Amino acid sequence: MPPVLFELRDVSLARGGRRVLDAVSADMPAGATAIVGPSGAGKSTLLRLLDRLSDPDEGAIAYAGQPLETYDPLALRREVALVPQLPALLEGTVGSNVSYAAELAGKRPDPERCLRLAGLDPEFAERDVGKLSVGEQQRAMLARALVQEPAVLLLDEPTSALDQGARDAIEATLAHLRRELEISIVLVSHDPEQARRLADWVVRIEEGRVVAAGPLEEVLA
Amino acid sequence: MSESIHVSVGQVAATLALVALAAAVSFWRKADLERDIGIATLRSFVQLTAIGYVIKLIFEADTLLLVFALLAAMVFFGAITARGRAKKVPGAFWPLLIALAVAGASTLGLVVALGVFEATARYLVPVGGMVIGNAMTASAVALNRLGDEMADSRARIEATLALGATGQEAAQPTVRRALRSGMITLVDSTKTTGLIFFPGTMVGMLLAGASPTDAVRLQLILLYTLLGSVAIAALVATTLAYRNFFTPASQLRELEAAASD
Repeated sequence: MPPVLFELRDVSLARGGRRVLDAVSADMPAGATAIVGPSGAGKSTLLRLLDRLSDPDEGAIAYAGQPLETYDPLALRREVALVPQLPALLEGTVGSNVSYAAELAGKRPDPERCLRLAGLDPEFAERDVGKLSVGEQQRAMLARALVQEPAVLLLDEPTSALDQGARDAIEATLAHLRRELEISIVLVSHDPEQARRLADWVVRIEEGRVVAAGPLEEVLA
Repeated sequence: MSESIHVSVGQVAATLALVALAAAVSFWRKADLERDIGIATLRSFVQLTAIGYVIKLIFEADTLLLVFALLAAMVFFGAITARGRAKKVPGAFWPLLIALAVAGASTLGLVVALGVFEATARYLVPVGGMVIGNAMTASAVALNRLGDEMADSRARIEATLALGATGQEAAQPTVRRALRSGMITLVDSTKTTGLIFFPGTMVGMLLAGASPTDAVRLQLILLYTLLGSVAIAALVATTLAYRNFFTPASQLRELEAAASD
């Protein structure tokens, strides 16, 4: 098994009186991990915890061997970049979004390279975000995350709003990113087939509990 | 400025005919506002009469201590009233209280320092009342908008936090829009003043027999003072209140949790 990236021990979280995550324990190695399970299982909540956009009520999470709360949350989020399910770009152009993210991370903006990596033509830099399709917005979100040069990408259902053609294209982009940048990916998906295509490690969640975790071929045999 | 005029109770009572007209319109067109019109009339009579006597006492005593006590009470009750309009903003009372206090103190302090008004009860009480009242409306509108926008823009704000932005950076567009909506009403009404409506002070002075030039000059002084106070109030309220939406770890608080804070 490659080095462990995220280590979760007895992580629980309740919202509105409902236990969304219930004593979740799992390891996620470097490489590509898919968190799979039905809708409402707690997958997206778990992903937000990995980026410290929320904290668990109980339990501990470690990233690269260190407890998550010992990291500066802002620095952590630049190293571990979360791309949310619903595209949520800032008003303006794709280029201004990418430049803003670069500025936050103290990186030199290179929109052209990031747009290409995310599968968008560089001319998209001038496009107003309000005029993009959902698939293009998703790619713009990916480009915005990539400009920060993260070590890990957390992707929340990156293709759920897309048709099959756009989905295949995003999946090809993600596979290309892994090869090109040697970036680790934690991907939330309700589709086990997508996990099969993209991941080599799988954590399966149902009703807030881990029901299986391990190499792809064992969990999704 | 001229001698003050005398208004009899009979004259006030006569205008109740117009209140009756308003109630009749409501009844005729089934607007269901008769009860509210009745309450509004009664409350305005009682509240204004009471504050009239309080102001009379303060004018007669002519000590700044009583003036400050009255203005402080206005700030306090203004913040409570404004909080009712900012229900979606967690812990809105303190930002509002500070906003009204700062807006009142700084604008009154400035007009006194510039020699526009004397630091006496006769000037500070009415001008302070207008300043705090307008500051209250502006900060309430601003925080109302802030609460709505923070709820509507939750996904975008959290996506910005996920880039490593601070709460301040992530909320900046939202705070800007809230500030703008707090200020825009007075800015717009200042633009149209004299064209579409005559503001209250000017009307009051003209009725009291002042020369139109004096009435206009005083009205301009008050409008510009109010612009300043409204800007300060909306700025302070939004700048302090947006912080309550975020945890120290730059996380967006859960709205249910925020509402019960």
